[in-house]
Amino acid sequence: MKALSQKRRHPLAAIALLLMGLLLTGGLYAVATTVNEAKASTTTYSANDTEEGGKLFAANCATCHGMGASGTADGPSLVGVGAAAVDFQVGTGRMPMQMNGPQALKKPAQFNDEQTHQLSAYVASLGAGPAIPEEDLVNGGGDAAAGGELFRTNCAMCHNAAAAGGALTRGKFAPALADVSGKHIYEAMATGPQNMPVFSDSNITPEGKKDIITFLKQIESTGSPGGADLGSLGPVAEGLFVWVAGLGVIIAFTIWLTSRTS
Amino acid sequence: MSAASTAEPAFVAKTKAGRVTDFVDSRVGGSGILREFGRKVFPDHWSFMFGEVALYSFVILLLSGTFLTFFFDPSMAETHYDGSYVPLKGVEMSVAYSSSLNISFDIRGGLFMRQVHHWAALLFVASIAVHMLRVFFTGAFRRPREMNWVVGCVLLILAMAAGFTGYSLPDDLLSGNGLRIIDGVIKSIPVVGTYISFFLFGGEFPGTAIISRLYMLHILLVPALILLMIVLHLFMVVVHKHTQYPGPGRNDNNVVGYPLGPVYAAKAGGFFFIVFGVLALMAAFFTINPIWNYGPYDPSPVSAGTQPDWYIGFVDGALRLMPGTFGDWHVEQTWLGFVFTFNVLLPALVPAGILFTVMFTYPWIERWITKDNREHHVLDRPRNAPTRTGIGVAGFIWYCVMWAAAGSDLIATHFHVSLNDVTYWLRALFFIGPIIGFIVAKRVALALQRKDREIALHGRETGRIVRLPHGEFIEVHAPLDEYKRYKLVGFESPEVLPAVPNEHGVVTGNEKRRAFLSKWFFEDRVAPATPAELEAAHGHGHAAVESSEEAKSLSH
Repeated sequence: MKALSQKRRHPLAAIALLLMGLLLTGGLYAVATTVNEAKASTTTYSANDTEEGGKLFAANCATCHGMGASGTADGPSLVGVGAAAVDFQVGTGRMPMQMNGPQALKKPAQFNDEQTHQLSAYVASLGAGPAIPEEDLVNGGGDAAAGGELFRTNCAMCHNAAAAGGALTRGKFAPALADVSGKHIYEAMATGPQNMPVFSDSNITPEGKKDIITFLKQIESTGSPGGADLGSLGPVAEGLFVWVAGLGVIIAFTIWLTSRTS
Repeated sequence: MSAASTAEPAFVAKTKAGRVTDFVDSRVGGSGILREFGRKVFPDHWSFMFGEVALYSFVILLLSGTFLTFFFDPSMAETHYDGSYVPLKGVEMSVAYSSSLNISFDIRGGLFMRQVHHWAALLFVASIAVHMLRVFFTGAFRRPREMNWVVGCVLLILAMAAGFTGYSLPDDLLSGNGLRIIDGVIKSIPVVGTYISFFLFGGEFPGTAIISRLYMLHILLVPALILLMIVLHLFMVVVHKHTQYPGPGRNDNNVVGYPLGPVYAAKAGGFFFIVFGVLALMAAFFTINPIWNYGPYDPSPVSAGTQPDWYIGFVDGALRLMPGTFGDWHVEQTWLGFVFTFNVLLPALVPAGILFTVMFTYPWIERWITKDNREHHVLDRPRNAPTRTGIGVAGFIWYCVMWAAAGSDLIATHFHVSLNDVTYWLRALFFIGPIIGFIVAKRVALALQRKDREIALHGRETGRIVRLPHGEFIEVHAPLDEYKRYKLVGFESPEVLPAVPNEHGVVTGNEKRRAFLSKWFFEDRVAPATPAELEAAHGHGHAAVESSEEAKSLSH
């Protein structure tokens, strides 16, 4: 200890400290990311899946993403994006993309479950990435109140506190989350599709994600206790309603009440 | 005198009810009051009823608000929610938010009353706004009603204050975000802003005092002031008597309409229940301010779609429209070590300041320009005051642009356009919109006046084509009856008042400016058809008028 305190003003001490710091953060990051990817191996894909997926990929995706998913000027490389990203993008119909635009829009899925599975297998085989989440993480059953707090802190600024969606810049938007499956919500958090940031397991733990899904499913099933929710869009919708419907009906009554004379 | 009264037998009521009524009447003079008020005449027109809607909304606000005070606790002490709304169970929150949730979920009829209260608040301000638009566009603010116009403007501001203080009470995320914006605006006031903010919030935002302070303002001070203003407002209505739309037999010395009692009173009383019914149905079937969606207030999260209630929207919209930089020049400046946050200060205070200043002073502005100091009890049809109508529409559009900007994110998502483009367009419309609105409204008003003149002179087109013996085809015009024609010709059409020298023979700069504005006001003018013109049109037949110069000038 004494030796250490004597050496602390050594010219190289700062560099040594910096190195130690870098090593520590780097090491922690490596551990954290391995924790993140630890799930990658839980789903198993057969060699046949991977092979079939490769064929589907070459026929449907390679135009933009390149052969071997190495990316082109029109689409990013998919090496290391993981099976979860494929399952989300293809499973919600966002990929193959219908047209260029600010962001890929949701549409009826182009591929069936088996084909999506095969494509996921192929992309997962290219490099480790977030895997499709376990069943027990995506079917609710967590703590809705805790999920609500996580949702308000991490998600509500784009998706709206009632998950009704919201606008982003230049035509991009955060979609409404009603009717989105728990699996897709989880995958979106894990992979950060379109303009969404990635919420890694070190940022929101798998249990936290489970809680968020529980919260979303809870408010979806609870419905609106106060009557029609007017899209859960907040005061703008309420103002529009009072001006158009409220005042409209009242004006109709005033005309009726005074219709005797003209 | 006294001998005569003693000779007359004292009145004795025959029934029990009659005796009670007579007892009261002989002590408070009720029948005199009733006779006076019962004979008060109110003209009947649907556009005259918005003030009533506002009044009834206010009564409903008092009733529902009283119910809410029984259960609301404005404390900002921390607690853990233990009510029946599952997604918030155990969440840490303020007592205020917790009690608002309890009103919504655990008190019988509580959610309904909350929603009645909130819908009534929105309707209250909306009906005030529509009422003011009616008063403005019909010129009802002119002498002798200028003071009442000012009282009305004060009522609008008080209604907004009542709404905003109420909006902030539940201490949910939405209301907290709203308070944070107000805090930001206050802090942007140079030098003293920070101190005012600390004074208001009792320390750094959000503190633990603001909800109870706003509560006192919301349930005590603001409603008391509103009540006072309503009394003044109605008192002046009684003193001035109601205005009326122009029509045969109506002039500035009479009021044509129903007496208050019994028909009008019955209608007005019934109308209260209609307003109540509409609000009750809205509250029963449409949710408003679902505070359980927003969660407890915490300064860190800000939800998408955070907006104020509609009447504060225009200020929020102005804030959204304001750019933070012009090229490389930052609107926020640091001078002498003080930060001047003009990008918040300007949009928050300037447009609202301009709107309210013009609103308060408009009766005097117009009186100065027109030199019209007469009493007016007959209203203008908006088309017969084209420049005023233009000014009103310009102001309305300016307001609406800012109002729309408060929903720019929803416009972007619902019409699938870029949020940036919405902002750019609204910024442009902020400046161009009122000008276009003024020109279009004024031209439309003038065109309608020309149409009125045409119809007054030539009658209505019947669509019946007749061939004359010498081969000419004409369309038969049906003449108007006198009552309808009166409406089209019996209005005032002021002309430009050129600058006149004062008693020293000098034309002052002020007078020149007035003359300039007078020209701007009345230069474009469609004169009402004169009796001579009408005589010519009807006396000499259709063809004679068609060929006259006057008629030709009308065709373009």
